[in-house]
Amino acid sequence: MRAFRVTIMLKPGVLDAPGQAVQRGLDALGYRVEQVRVGKVVEMTLPDVEGAGVDEMCARFLANPLIETWAIEEIPQGAAT
Amino acid sequence: MTWGVVFFPGSNCDRDCVHVLRSVVGQHVEEVWHEDRSLDGIDALVLPGGFSYGDYLRSGAIAATAPVMSAVRELAARGAPVLGICNGFQILAEAGLLSGTLLPNVSLRFRCHPAWVRVESDRTPFTAGLRHGTVLRMPVAHGEGAYFATPAEVAALEAAGRVVFRYCDSLGRVTPQANPNGSVAGIAGVASDAGNVVGLMPHPERASEALLGSTDGRRLFESVVGALVGAG
Repeated sequence: MRAFRVTIMLKPGVLDAPGQAVQRGLDALGYRVEQVRVGKVVEMTLPDVEGAGVDEMCARFLANPLIETWAIEEIPQGAAT
Repeated sequence: MTWGVVFFPGSNCDRDCVHVLRSVVGQHVEEVWHEDRSLDGIDALVLPGGFSYGDYLRSGAIAATAPVMSAVRELAARGAPVLGICNGFQILAEAGLLSGTLLPNVSLRFRCHPAWVRVESDRTPFTAGLRHGTVLRMPVAHGEGAYFATPAEVAALEAAGRVVFRYCDSLGRVTPQANPNGSVAGIAGVASDAGNVVGLMPHPERASEALLGSTDGRRLFESVVGALVGAG
């Protein structure tokens, strides 16, 4: 088994409404923040040792290629449970 | 003709659509469960609004993988009228049956109020009975309705007459103030390449009876009946 972490972010230029809302909250607490982007993290454990298909999962389902980018990293087994 | 209305877990406009089609427009309606794999006998289909699967991952993304969607693709490929309303629009976009996607509203707020849209194309079965430029009053109710597509895709949609509805004021003027969510080019609804698959954010089923303040939405359904019965 291998475990992976996928980080999904909106592409630059696509309006990140949650990011703006979070930035306003940080502003309200007195923090000076230039920019906030909010994304998603998906962790998964795959039964096979290949680790193949994660990129395809992102392109087909986990991310919307029109508006999002993704990065895949392998993480220690058991971390995604 | 027989209409189908698809029920997904989290749909909440399903009964409204069935009611309007059955009791107001006088059609035979079949309720379709999201796990059904056949749409045999269905002449036209509605994917209703709501919050399928709690909007998890992205609005409409998980519903787009439902077993029924293979049959929806086949029905669409056969040229049958398919209408996605609000979450139904998001599902059709996620399924790749319509171009673009729907982003959170620019205002960061859930917008729920009457809106006006202008009919921009009559080459869909849902607008075939309406004149280009007709202004319709229908409510919007969504948090993620900002239509987004790349500039090249928007240009292609415009050139092909696939922008079906555009937000406008009560006089039909397309203005930034009339755009409730920040949709690119004020786009409220689009069609597939062949024109038979249409998605829109406003709710025609909530504007189909005088008691509810507008009967404009009914014209979309009646347009299909006129187009199909007229042709058949």
